[in-house]
Amino acid sequence: MRSLVLPEFTISRSGECDRCRACEYQCPFGVHIYDASNDKMLSDNRRCAGCQRCAVFCPKGVIEIHPSSSFYRPNASWSRERIEDIKRQAETGGVLLTGCGSDKPFRIYWDHMLINASQVTNPSIDPLREPMELRTFLGSKPERILLREDMDADADPVLTLETPILFSAMSYGAISYNAFQALAIAASRSGTFFNTGEGGMPPEMRPLFKKHAIVQVASGRFGIDAEYLNCAAAVEIKIGQGAKPGIGGHLPGEKVSKHVAATRMIPEGTDAISPAPHHDIYSIEDLEMLVSAIKEVTNYEKPVIVKVAAVHNISAIASGIVRAGADILAIDGMRGGTGAAPKVIRDNVGIPIELAISAVDRRLRDEGIRERCSIIAGGGIRCSADVVKAIALGADAVYIGTAALIAMGCTLCQRCYTGRCSWGICTQDPGLMRRLNVEEASQRLVNLLSAWSHEIKEMLGGMGINAIESLRGNRDQLRGIGLHEWELDLLGIRGAGE
Amino acid sequence: MEISCSRTSNESAIEIDASHMDTRELNGLLRELMLAGYERVVLRNVCGQRYIGTRLYSPERRVMNIEIHGTPGNDLGAFLFGHRIIVHGNAQDGVGNTMESGEIVIAGRAGDVTGMSMRGGRIFVKGDVGYRAALHMKEHGQKRPVIVVGGTAQDFLGEYMAGGIVILLGLYGAHNASFIGSGMHGGAMYLRGPVREEQVGSHVHISRADETDMEILRDHISGFIERFPDLALDLEHILDSEWTKLSPRSSRPYGKLYA
Ligand code: SF4
Ligand code: SF4
Repeated sequence: MRSLVLPEFTISRSGECDRCRACEYQCPFGVHIYDASNDKMLSDNRRCAGCQRCAVFCPKGVIEIHPSSSFYRPNASWSRERIEDIKRQAETGGVLLTGCGSDKPFRIYWDHMLINASQVTNPSIDPLREPMELRTFLGSKPERILLREDMDADADPVLTLETPILFSAMSYGAISYNAFQALAIAASRSGTFFNTGEGGMPPEMRPLFKKHAIVQVASGRFGIDAEYLNCAAAVEIKIGQGAKPGIGGHLPGEKVSKHVAATRMIPEGTDAISPAPHHDIYSIEDLEMLVSAIKEVTNYEKPVIVKVAAVHNISAIASGIVRAGADILAIDGMRGGTGAAPKVIRDNVGIPIELAISAVDRRLRDEGIRERCSIIAGGGIRCSADVVKAIALGADAVYIGTAALIAMGCTLCQRCYTGRCSWGICTQDPGLMRRLNVEEASQRLVNLLSAWSHEIKEMLGGMGINAIESLRGNRDQLRGIGLHEWELDLLGIRGAGE
Repeated sequence: MEISCSRTSNESAIEIDASHMDTRELNGLLRELMLAGYERVVLRNVCGQRYIGTRLYSPERRVMNIEIHGTPGNDLGAFLFGHRIIVHGNAQDGVGNTMESGEIVIAGRAGDVTGMSMRGGRIFVKGDVGYRAALHMKEHGQKRPVIVVGGTAQDFLGEYMAGGIVILLGLYGAHNASFIGSGMHGGAMYLRGPVREEQVGSHVHISRADETDMEILRDHISGFIERFPDLALDLEHILDSEWTKLSPRSSRPYGKLYA
């Protein structure tokens, strides 16, 4: 059947093309073909994902990829996307898949909050001259500490971060071995943590990275046994993900290569199906049971994180999770990324992380249980200012996923689900995967974290604060701009100028 | 805390009265015993303590034999790492949840999600099992988990099953479960006696057990008979019955779902 969908991108060669055929080699979607009879490069616009790989790698720099200017008759109700989605579904009868976080223009609250700086009344601090503490401890904080006779005290296990930023769950299988390793190396060099997602951790990586790994227990229970759970700094129970709250996931058989299969402990080439719920968790009481089982199997040596998507009633859900014994609560907002999700879910389910942090922090404080649990916020953190705002709203730390992928080369082309990532990130194809140099990618990640950390220190210094701890839940450092009354109330901040 | 334990003549065996212990205490004690080199523990008066066997992971793979008198609580042997647990009585929900290896023998009935996500080892249940047993059981390489049940199972047996073997002997009555094997994409289930088309999920293929299947059955059913000699079962008689095999139609049940 001929596709009736217009090409999304137009490819042009503005200058002298040498016919070196680099673009043909670089494009994993088969867009560029060499026409020998006319000694010309031909490009099939219809296949282009707009990943910009060929443009970056064209030695002459003559390739340009633009969003296509051809258009249907403009119609406010029937946008191009609505028309084309229908055409695609009429052609295939299938659920539309996509990658990355939602690209829809929901209000980004980060951009409607402004950060304070002190002027005359209390001095600002220069982080280049004075110590500035970003070290963050995640876990349950005791209500009181009892000193034993040997002058030591019992306390619950915590995670120690040198900067309040962790890499969020990205599984080996969804991302390539090289990308997975780059995250692990960068986390250990930067004094923070990476998260294995639901794909397990290859045995050869365990001794090297166990101190910086958060391992995930998701509904599919892939690659999980007692040994794996004990090879980690913390264990995360994944209930939900911001990009696809309430639904499970399927890693298609094509992506289940030999090594991926061994790591997930399933046969090669079968679908790896994660059911929508954990079938041993149908209530808060059941969640309490899995939290306890994990604490048992790890001998109470590791904090347990429970990760949920930000949805309606998130504060009540959070309260239940804390009461179920979670040491850390991770909340993933609706703009959170994904390797593959049904588009309709990604773009319509959940709430923005900013509102969720504020609602949860307030609820836990009101109930007097805020110290029993740390909060990691994720899903839409794009820069160091977002980190500062998240913490001022009540988070202890943030998860970054998309930002980390961009640091490694991702251009948000949203084709992760095809497994043909031209940047070697979201693929299991050995040829494509080789494009990602592990050393270089990990260095970029380390650089990103150090740049953000420095910026955070500058912002803290400007507020006259010298420890990130004093920023947590310090909403007085934020003012809203262009927000409605109800939004200001929910965020718990005043309007700019007040 | 006073621990009443009496050493038996065998130095590596010990008996414990669990009547006044909570879950964490009991499991902590078991761990200490394992690390101290005990290989056999008899627990008396167990009443609802959960996760028994779960805290017994050791990198050097120490293995213990735990005999339980009473009724253990939920998640018995969850994440089990090579140990052997025998229960002289009934068990509750979550027996062998995500177990890696070892063996669990229940001389009674077991509750819901028995053997959920297990990826190795064997579970033998003398009576029936509850809902969603063998849910998302999986196998890899040499590791092939097995559940043998003397009676039958409730609905959703083998849901999302991705590997392993389930055997229901149907000793005490017919199989009435519905939605058997919904989303099944690996492994095999063998039910003694008939199973109707409308009892199984759309991803399931129904067939008669063939010769290779009978070898598998012989192996595991003799294991079952050995563990429950009081049932006085005759292996040949059991094998010589109508055996229904349930297997997945495809290892890619959702391959065609997406555009
Ligand atoms: S898909 Fe990427 S590499 Fe291929 S033509 Fe388009 S921009 Fe270039
Ligand atoms: S990870 Fe790769 S496939 Fe996914 S959006 Fe980024 S560049 Fe595209």
